Amino acid sequence: MTVKTPVSAAPVKTRGIEAARARTAIWLLLPTLIAIALVAGYPLYRTIYFSLFEANLTSPDQRTFIGLGNFWFTTPEGIGLGFLQDPKWWGAVKNTLLFTVVSVFLETVFGMIIALVVNSAFKGRGFLRTAMLVPWAIPTVVSAQMWAYLYNDSFGLIGRGLLGGQAVLANTDSAIWALIAVDVWKTTSFMALLILAGLQSLPSDMYEAADMDGASKWTQFWRLTLPLLRPALLVALVFRSLDALRVFDVMSVMLGNVNAASTSMTGYARQALIDNQLLGLGSAVSVAVFVIIMVIVVMYVTAFRVKFD
Amino acid sequence: MNLKNTNPTLYYLQRAGFYLLVLVIGVYLLAPFFWAVLTSLRSPGDLFLTPLEFIGARTTFSNYADVFANPGFQRGLIYSLIVAVGSVAISLLLGAFSAYALGRFRFRGKTIVMYVILAVSVFPQIAVLSGLYTLINNLGLYNNPLGLILSYLIFTIPFTVWVLTSFVRDIPGELEEAALVDGASPLQTLFLVLFPVMMPALVTTGLLAFINAWNEYLFALTFTSTNRTVPVVIANYSGATQFDQPWGQIMAASIVVTVPLIILVLVFQRNIVSGLTAGAVKG
Repeated sequence: MTVKTPVSAAPVKTRGIEAARARTAIWLLLPTLIAIALVAGYPLYRTIYFSLFEANLTSPDQRTFIGLGNFWFTTPEGIGLGFLQDPKWWGAVKNTLLFTVVSVFLETVFGMIIALVVNSAFKGRGFLRTAMLVPWAIPTVVSAQMWAYLYNDSFGLIGRGLLGGQAVLANTDSAIWALIAVDVWKTTSFMALLILAGLQSLPSDMYEAADMDGASKWTQFWRLTLPLLRPALLVALVFRSLDALRVFDVMSVMLGNVNAASTSMTGYARQALIDNQLLGLGSAVSVAVFVIIMVIVVMYVTAFRVKFD
Repeated sequence: MNLKNTNPTLYYLQRAGFYLLVLVIGVYLLAPFFWAVLTSLRSPGDLFLTPLEFIGARTTFSNYADVFANPGFQRGLIYSLIVAVGSVAISLLLGAFSAYALGRFRFRGKTIVMYVILAVSVFPQIAVLSGLYTLINNLGLYNNPLGLILSYLIFTIPFTVWVLTSFVRDIPGELEEAALVDGASPLQTLFLVLFPVMMPALVTTGLLAFINAWNEYLFALTFTSTNRTVPVVIANYSGATQFDQPWGQIMAASIVVTVPLIILVLVFQRNIVSGLTAGAVKG
């Protein structure tokens, strides 16, 4: 601080304090910024960098620059080597999008129903509120194993009992619906918690006025509750969609890593990178997943004008 | 409430319908977990029984004994604890510094920093997987819990910074001004004045970050080979032969790693909901 100026220069003094405080803030932020640069910035840069090379995971230093060849490359014999030419990649994209759209939609509807029920006065409300936290608190891998057991064709309550010994998870086309059911069970609670918090912040006088005017509960829901909940609902939707788009655990545990590669974008990228040791190709797929997810975030934020603080 | 007098039949029908819905929701939320607990308490031979016989079968703790005797699972618990506690401790410390700066100070570039942190929190983990893999290998941290602690910072730091900042902003400014007048340095203010007030927030944020780190699967699967954390151990739990899935033991292991979380969540119920909404719903 340089405060050698006479009394008349009071504004300069405040500016000095402001500047000192700004410097302190930078120092306080520095460790976080360094950590983020190390664990997020640098690895992201490396992933993008590797995506332009042909390289093996075990020897990243021996790499050849091939430009966008990992994305799209046709050999003279007419064989497509880029992952964008691989139908399996597009299958993974389709399955991930289906998984995301259906599960987030169902979670929102079920979450809304549960939140509305818990928000009304009745006996056993406290119990239901507590029960809501259970699926949310369960680790995803544990929930996947629990459901894999329920779906099991010789022991499972659902697989043996309801479906009469049908192996739902054996076929990826039917498996994706089974996985959606698992995700909906696990994350509806999260939606319900966020919606409930939104519901409890709504002003009650509006509902009293609506009652006076003779609006039915149904009208009140569509005309009052839903519009007022919009901000809370949209942020919850964005967070859930992002989680669903990067899904991997459920697929990996319930279908194995091989079938996870044809049902989840992350699974496809990980298989290329780790199981097949293709550092360049795996990085290229990761970049594609990153771009897809970021585009969807930007679309959400601009289309709905979601505000993050 | 008028309906009770004007049309009692309709009123009671509505109430019955409502309680039926409550029942369905309760069963839906708890039944899979209940069934997992039940299976963990039954012997492997009972798995063939019909559901009713299965419920009535003899209770045994042999699955739990087997699980705790499994060296892979024992190590998994220890590694999970080390990794989760380590990454949460680092994140809380860095997060408290940053939250203090972002919640209390005015400076240029603050909005940019906020956006960078938000952007990192929506990063798909796969986007950094190959970069992190080579980084961890170069640092010699493959199969080392330190490598996992480092990699988990990518999701624990943005989360703690974001949630703690929203808490710090709500702390009344008089506290800090009093400390400033008394000539306390910013660090003294943070540690002696703000930390005690932030305690509930730190506990909640730490707990939520702990749950995320405890449950993480993709990095744990990719950056370790033998020193696995519990999610990976449970995902790959195998029996005596390749074709024999020891469901009783898998469920017992699942319950062991889940029950502490459920207890913590129930104890800190109120704080958790406020922590989640501070992190997510700031519309």
